[in-house]
Amino acid sequence: MTTVPGSQSRTSFWRHPTVRSVGVQLFMVIAVVWFVVFVTDNTINNMKARNLAPGFSFLNDTAGFDILQALIPYSRGSTYATAFVVGLLNTLLVAVLGIITATILGFLVGVMRLSRNWVIRSSATLYVEFVRNVPLLLQMFIWYKTVLKALPAPRDSLRYDDMFFLSNRGLMSPKPLFEPAALWTLAALTVGIIATFFITRWARKRQERTGEIFPAFLTSLGLIIALPIVVFSASGLPVRFEYPVLQGFNFVGGLAIIPEFMALYLALSIYTAAFISEIVRAGVLAVSHGQTEAAHALGLRHGPTLRLIIIPQAMRVIIPPLASQYLNLTKNSSLAVAIGYPDFVYTGGTILNQTGQAVTIVLIWMGVYLSLSLLTSSFMNWFNSRMKLVER
Amino acid sequence: MKLKLLSAVIGTALTMGVAGASAATLDDVKARGTLKCGVSQGLIGFSNPDEQNNWTGLDVDFCRAVAAAIFGDGKKVEFVPLDATQRFEALKSGEVDVLSRNTTWTMSRDTTGGMTFAGVTYYDGQGFMVKKSLGVDSALKLNGASVCTQTGTTTELNLADYFRANNMTYQVVAFQKNEEVLAAYNEGRCDVYTTDQSGLYAERLKLPDVENHVVLPEIISKEPLGPVVRQNDTQWFNLVRWTYYALLTAEELGVTQANSAEQLASSTNPEVARLLGKEGDFGKGLGVENDWVMKILAATGNYGEIFDRNVGEATKLGIKRGVNSLWKSGGLQYAPPIR
Repeated sequence: MTTVPGSQSRTSFWRHPTVRSVGVQLFMVIAVVWFVVFVTDNTINNMKARNLAPGFSFLNDTAGFDILQALIPYSRGSTYATAFVVGLLNTLLVAVLGIITATILGFLVGVMRLSRNWVIRSSATLYVEFVRNVPLLLQMFIWYKTVLKALPAPRDSLRYDDMFFLSNRGLMSPKPLFEPAALWTLAALTVGIIATFFITRWARKRQERTGEIFPAFLTSLGLIIALPIVVFSASGLPVRFEYPVLQGFNFVGGLAIIPEFMALYLALSIYTAAFISEIVRAGVLAVSHGQTEAAHALGLRHGPTLRLIIIPQAMRVIIPPLASQYLNLTKNSSLAVAIGYPDFVYTGGTILNQTGQAVTIVLIWMGVYLSLSLLTSSFMNWFNSRMKLVER
Repeated sequence: MKLKLLSAVIGTALTMGVAGASAATLDDVKARGTLKCGVSQGLIGFSNPDEQNNWTGLDVDFCRAVAAAIFGDGKKVEFVPLDATQRFEALKSGEVDVLSRNTTWTMSRDTTGGMTFAGVTYYDGQGFMVKKSLGVDSALKLNGASVCTQTGTTTELNLADYFRANNMTYQVVAFQKNEEVLAAYNEGRCDVYTTDQSGLYAERLKLPDVENHVVLPEIISKEPLGPVVRQNDTQWFNLVRWTYYALLTAEELGVTQANSAEQLASSTNPEVARLLGKEGDFGKGLGVENDWVMKILAATGNYGEIFDRNVGEATKLGIKRGVNSLWKSGGLQYAPPIR
């Protein structure tokens, strides 16, 4: 800010705008720095007074407890750090699967709400209004309790062909064990994906140049699905299945999906899908009907109109609020602790209770959820900038 | 839970100086006029509220005894129900003055937890409960079982040790609240329910079909349960510890709720005279009135009376004194002399 020369003589030093703004800002900075230093120093002193070592060294100690579901090798002899990672992976598992399911279900219901068919439209409305307005924690309890109550004990499992068993211990299914030859199939899949990428790019360019349409979608489907299947069969079906067997109290072997996971996953996806469906509906409605009419007038059929005109414009409205729903779902997954699903907060809580390192663990919690959220939102921002209206 | 934890963390960060939370607790309690006592959220025989929020139990009576020693009135207690994961932070942040919540005394809790155990009001051990229909009669036959327990407890750790030591596999399903553990066990999520054996007997009473569940004979750990206070407040620690010893000494000398006034007036035993404050200034040393034991006995009776009333053989729990008998009767309960 500049001042008129000469005005300085009339305003006193303390009333001078530059002095004021610099003074206030300086004061604020000093206050904040002092506060941070005070809090840090005090925390360290208080922790020392309670014989707690500040820092992260405790993470290398033996955990001593077991965890219900671990995606990486874990036993009671593992370290606290490993226990944290197990919890984090469990959170990521439920969050990623939840986001995928909620997105698919949300888009489906959002489109259903726009249907001209009364039954479809009102059942979608009923779903949205009910699910959106009942607290998530309650829904989680409902799923957990009904899942447990409705299912039989392991000995009387609902079974399908001695391969799939459903009981109150979860869903047991055969576990595929791949032989080394299966690597060929993986290679075929990789080749298929890379080829698809280049073919779609080439097809788009050619269409822009000549106007000829290449059936890129069918070709991609063939490359990604059919090619690996052919290679898989040709290499002699290199897979065995380990079947779950009832032994003593529980099933041994096979792949188990625990009821805690099922309840959390269902509750999170169904709850978030209701919000996503409203976002999708808003996005589609935001595209003026004139766009459809214009597309039809240009001779585009209904499918391409939707795919090339309506959805790209709707996506611009949909993506930003969709990103916050993804963040919500990830953070809501921490309610898992209420139904005993060993997520990041759950394992952290157990560690906190054993080590007494409350400050450090709460900081780890906050840091991890903050990083997860920032990662998700930077991905969604990138996606958003890709989908943005390109102005020429 | 989050809120309490967060407030505890903020407490750690903001408390002025080292002495903040551990300053003279006794003065704080006296100034406040009530004792804040951390108890369980409902465990029959130890700390359990009824419909009118009247608390009963062994842990509860211990708090009443401490309150009686300070105020001469066992009713001046505010009970704060805490789950297993909240309890230590609640104590350390000063939310409660004493934690009397079937809590196991371990070395790490004493040395690194910022707290001190004042005594063992109940010697317990971890056990297992199963449905009779499973036909299991020993914990060593539990290979492959699903086990329900409470998270953040020593139980969870002993469980891991026991199955590891006996080369058995198991699946642990752990919840934060006791009711959730019991509900999951009742609904068949687990084959086994494990906690301290006294707790098993208490929780079994809450099941709709008590007779179909059996507590296995094995005890797999030492679980000395007792009151906990913050570290670095010796005066308060002494008061809580000697309240416990006074309860034991009273039982040892045969002084009860009913006969304490008579004993004070007529007993010729110098030990009784010292206990009840007729001789010496023992109460003064603790920072309370000299007749503190008289007031404790008026409020709760001696240790034996507390035990019999809450968990003893005449109650629904029907627990024998066993290792919790006085040393004279072959048990572990022993108090240093008052002199």
